[in-house]
Amino acid sequence: MSKEIFYWQALNQALDAEMSKDDTVFILGEDVGLYGGSYRVTEGLHAKYGDWRVRDTPISEGSFTGLGVGAAMVEMRPIVEIMTINFSLLALDAITNMATKVPFMSSGQFPMPLVIRMPGGVAKQLAAQHSQRLEQTLMNIPGVRIAVPATPQDAWWQTRQAIRSNEAIIILEHELLYFSKGILDKTAPAPPMHRAMIRREGRNLTIISYSRMSLLAEQAATQLADEGIDAEVIDLRSLNPIDWDRCVASVEKTHRLLIVEEDSLFAGAGAEIAATLGERCFYSLDAPISRHAGLDLPTPYNGKLEAASIPTVTSIKQAARALTQTENAK
Amino acid sequence: MDRSRLLAMLHDMLLARKFEERAAEEYTKGNIAGFLHLYPGEEAVAAGVMHASEPGDYIVSTYREHVHALIRGIEPKRIMAELFGRKDGCSGGMGGSMHLFDRARRFMGGYAIVGETYPVSLGIAYAIAMRELPEAVICFFGDGAVNQGTFHESLNMAALWRLPILFVCENNHYQIGTEIHRHSAVAEVYKRACGYRIPSRRVDGMDVLAVHQAATAALEQIRAGTGPQFLEMETYRFRGHSMADPGNYRPSVEVKAHQQDDPLLVAIEETLPYYPSSEEIQAAGHDVIKQLSDHMNNEGHLDQAGFDSVAKQIDDIIEDAVQFALNSPDPTMQDAWDALYCNRGEEVLI
Ligand SMILES: Cc1ncc(C[n+]2csc(CCOP(=O)(O)OP(=O)(O)O)c2C)c(N)n1
Ligand SMILES: [Mg+2]
Repeated sequence: MSKEIFYWQALNQALDAEMSKDDTVFILGEDVGLYGGSYRVTEGLHAKYGDWRVRDTPISEGSFTGLGVGAAMVEMRPIVEIMTINFSLLALDAITNMATKVPFMSSGQFPMPLVIRMPGGVAKQLAAQHSQRLEQTLMNIPGVRIAVPATPQDAWWQTRQAIRSNEAIIILEHELLYFSKGILDKTAPAPPMHRAMIRREGRNLTIISYSRMSLLAEQAATQLADEGIDAEVIDLRSLNPIDWDRCVASVEKTHRLLIVEEDSLFAGAGAEIAATLGERCFYSLDAPISRHAGLDLPTPYNGKLEAASIPTVTSIKQAARALTQTENAK
Repeated sequence: MDRSRLLAMLHDMLLARKFEERAAEEYTKGNIAGFLHLYPGEEAVAAGVMHASEPGDYIVSTYREHVHALIRGIEPKRIMAELFGRKDGCSGGMGGSMHLFDRARRFMGGYAIVGETYPVSLGIAYAIAMRELPEAVICFFGDGAVNQGTFHESLNMAALWRLPILFVCENNHYQIGTEIHRHSAVAEVYKRACGYRIPSRRVDGMDVLAVHQAATAALEQIRAGTGPQFLEMETYRFRGHSMADPGNYRPSVEVKAHQQDDPLLVAIEETLPYYPSSEEIQAAGHDVIKQLSDHMNNEGHLDQAGFDSVAKQIDDIIEDAVQFALNSPDPTMQDAWDALYCNRGEEVLI
């Protein structure tokens, strides 16, 4: 049975599905209960599961994320919602110094079935403190798994897989995706949680992206086809681990690689992707790997400047054209 | 208190109300974007506290700070231009509604990560104390913000080192949709400060006179070198948390009950014993919202024509602010880079 629904609804249904099956699963975060979640993701769950399983917290990110760590050590399955990634900076101690360190430092004595959900990204003029993309910071914490679902289908699959896993997992959502629609087929078998997906097949270049940017990359690729540029689009779906084999196979086929990311260029997620694929695909590449990213700038409030600070369909097309021209000039 | 001060506070509150309602309108028209947190209902807090402060004091505020900025004396048009994201805004269009700054007026910023106002205030106060200046820092925050770790860390250090900070909690009873009894084990916020030996009291934040008196007394103590003071202002916001929030988690009887308590009405009543003339009301500058006009009309203090001209006057100021904002250019990308590297001098880096 497939149905078109909002991204937030897919998350909501995934949470509900797991909570109804396993009563060790509980949610906590700011306004997740009575209010139903800032982006409606937990709507209806408080009424169904009550205070203990859907807990409204004070504004105490450091401590309630740490609470998630403690509860996971004694075999509960906490889902911590941090209202936006910008506030996760206050929870970084729990995420960095505790979530993966406790199982490690105890030589594997403790499970860590902790899920941390949060939206990131540039939305609509929320200004510099509320527009951050911190995936690169989280990627550099050994052992933390990071899923970046871009579609309702992936939101449904990956949320359920994350809840069932015994490792600490961050689900990085995107503020502009909650009210985007897509098909959800609940009967379709789930791929492995961190497998990359080829959204569009092509021969001339590979575009690797994730989260909202992978949707823009797909649109750009469709338009580029009219110009005779045939781009293959890979949605990573995960930033740790990264499905390198699928990326390598694509680059070996197309010989050109464009990475599109919303975070800042300098030391961003794309830097890791470029470095690893540079090592693994060096002899297949017909042109230097190209990264198209957000500017190394805090996000300006002004709407025009904000829009110009991250990739768009138009700018992705330009970057793809430039990359194919590099090859022609060679 | 002298009457001119009282009238000025009333004026500021009326200006604040009109400014915010117009901002809401401009938001629905699409001229303002992002998160827009408005202040109607809480005006007595900003007016009472700001009027008790000195120009040498520093103000540190949250994302709900337009009115603090207005009463501090930042021109309405420069605040409106900032809400529009324009170059002539008080933050050059880079900050927006939640990040108003004006160094000249010692308006040290609007901070949008809950709990940031304490440590920033701490640093400014540390510098004041080190330099033995007669200045103070006024640190604003909401009831929801007292559960952030920085609250406890900062209160401890402020008390430990006797720093000149007036902590002002704007307790509107809600942390977005979570009512105070559901977010705080101790709902009498002022009691929290007692754990750090900081003199603290609860004030009726709907009564501008009470706020002004409490803030004046607290600042006097601070300037006498006795360390920080803490005021819990009990207040209420009439609108949702932000323009994105309809606020429908609050029972309508609750909202209505608090509207009876409108700080503007309270302030108006307080002016009555002085029997201000129509000229004095006009000299105060502005407004005439419906409640005021009805009330004053009934009491025979001001006729309809007088009200109408005052109403027009304030509408003109707000209209000017909006026109100024509309006519102000967008900042350029070069402006953004310049803002980022504003403190990079001629030093050789590489
Ligand atoms: C660290 C952090 N967590 C969460 C948020 C999201 N948020 C913005 S305002 C707010 C509620 C704050 O309530 P309160 O302190 O009472 O201030 P009020 O808005 O009522 O004036 C929350 C949770 C934030 N901005 N920063
Ligand atoms: Mg509040």
